[in-house]
Amino acid sequence: MHTVTRPIIVFLCLCLVALLLFPLVGGPFYTGLVTKIMILSIFTISLDLLIGFTGLVSFGHAAFFGIGAYLLAILFKDVEHINYWWSLTLTLSLTGLAALVVGWFCIRTSGIYFIMLTLAFAQMFFYFFFESPHYGGDDGIFMFYKPEITLGSRQLVDLDNEHHFYYFVLAWLVGVYLFLSMILRAPFGHVLIAIKANEQRVRALGYSTSHYKLVSFVIAGTIAGLAGFLEAAHTSFITPAYMGWHESGMAIMMVILGGMGTLFGPVIGTFAVVLLQDFLPEFTEHWKLIMGAIIIGVVLFLPSGIAGLIFQISQRFVSRKQNSGREHG
Amino acid sequence: MAEIILRTEHLCKNFGGLKATDDVSLDFERGRVHAILGPNGAGKTTLINLLSGELAPSSGRILFKDYDITDARPEKVARIGIGRSFQKTNILPGFSCLQNCWIGAQTCLPTSMRFIRPARHLREVHRRADYALDLCGLSGQRNRIAGTMSYGEQRQLEIAMMLATEPELLLLDEPLAGMGSEESQHVTALLRDLAREQTLILIEHDMDAVFSLADRITVMVDGAELETGSVEQIRNSKAVQDAYLGHDDEEVA
Repeated sequence: MHTVTRPIIVFLCLCLVALLLFPLVGGPFYTGLVTKIMILSIFTISLDLLIGFTGLVSFGHAAFFGIGAYLLAILFKDVEHINYWWSLTLTLSLTGLAALVVGWFCIRTSGIYFIMLTLAFAQMFFYFFFESPHYGGDDGIFMFYKPEITLGSRQLVDLDNEHHFYYFVLAWLVGVYLFLSMILRAPFGHVLIAIKANEQRVRALGYSTSHYKLVSFVIAGTIAGLAGFLEAAHTSFITPAYMGWHESGMAIMMVILGGMGTLFGPVIGTFAVVLLQDFLPEFTEHWKLIMGAIIIGVVLFLPSGIAGLIFQISQRFVSRKQNSGREHG
Repeated sequence: MAEIILRTEHLCKNFGGLKATDDVSLDFERGRVHAILGPNGAGKTTLINLLSGELAPSSGRILFKDYDITDARPEKVARIGIGRSFQKTNILPGFSCLQNCWIGAQTCLPTSMRFIRPARHLREVHRRADYALDLCGLSGQRNRIAGTMSYGEQRQLEIAMMLATEPELLLLDEPLAGMGSEESQHVTALLRDLAREQTLILIEHDMDAVFSLADRITVMVDGAELETGSVEQIRNSKAVQDAYLGHDDEEVA
């Protein structure tokens, strides 16, 4: 596992400051875009818990993103004053329950079978919503109201205000990052990381590895549901496409591109992919070709992703400090 | 006679038509070193895998301190105090020695499903991991990445990981496999240290090591127990010599 050194912490703090200041200069369009990227980042960071730390390559993670979004839309579609606390609690616990059921089946398998099983479950959810006219079918669902965040009678955050929404999502992103860092440093995280390295050995040392994998799956699914909840609240529009295999594949790509097993890497990967998708089409209509070339380049030359590159640079900082006398290149 | 810590009753394991373990009934005494000998394919590793829960027996029973653990899974067997090491080095190569032992040491917690406090603040886990490293002579290497160490050191780490769980009974599957003579002397000395306080079940090909370490020896042939007895008894047994030692008398002496 990578240790987060001081230069990395400084770098992350600088990123955070940049994100904090961005709405002041960004204009409404880009503020909205970055909000969307941060919501997606919460989703990919949760996938990193599975891929990068537990060794479970889930190809159906978007299902939980979609379930979170659909739960908010279905349960609270006609409610005028959606209570944020109540709707969030209900959405997350039901998404967690779904992850528990799906995970209970999936963690019995490993490798390619795990990938196929998660994909199959995600496609089941996809087609269920796609073919349910009652839940909007392939057109999706429009929501007319956003959750209201109140404490007593005071409104804390106004989600109709794009700036408020931006900072609200940023706070969640930081919160999720800190939460996952915490559980990974705790005894639970040590076991997870060891399972990824050598599951048979961890079992022989006395751990029911399947329980640990299942808990990890549920945590990741619940956080994906949170991202879906935020996305539904942000766009007020939910379609089955959210849970398609295409979305799951994109998320895996973002995690790998950013650097799996680092938590902050997937966030960078998400920013990189979405921004490229946004800017490249302005230059050429064959932008997907360039996109593909960039991805191939990163995978070939930066096997541990963009975060791996950052770790290398930070290592240089640390070692330069340690032996400043004989440092050359 | 000392307390029986582990007992197998008519233990059988079939792989298709092959009888890998054939009606093995053995008693293992607490505080002793019990070695299991046998030519390649005699079913020694299968026996260890049955005892550690890695494989489920086809028939027969396994009793640990009079508890029936016949159907227990590996994690359960490890939890109740039977540690094992593997013939093929089975460590976490990307991790430091300390981290390797840490996972074993963390089994001192009732559960590792703890999410809030950083693990490095757990003093008891530290103590156990350090103790295991110290015992295996790896204290100086605690921050080395396991995959970068020599083969012999990796074998020592293999044993240290098991010791970090503080087992009551140690199953060692060829701890000297593939070692040079110097490394093998080193590990033999380590095993002798362990034998003073622990109960060991030892599978080993190295005759010198077995005869110098073991209190009791069981010789297996074709999955079945051929003979069990003291070192002297086995050394002088006609049946054993025919089946296994054969013409290699000078190596034994």
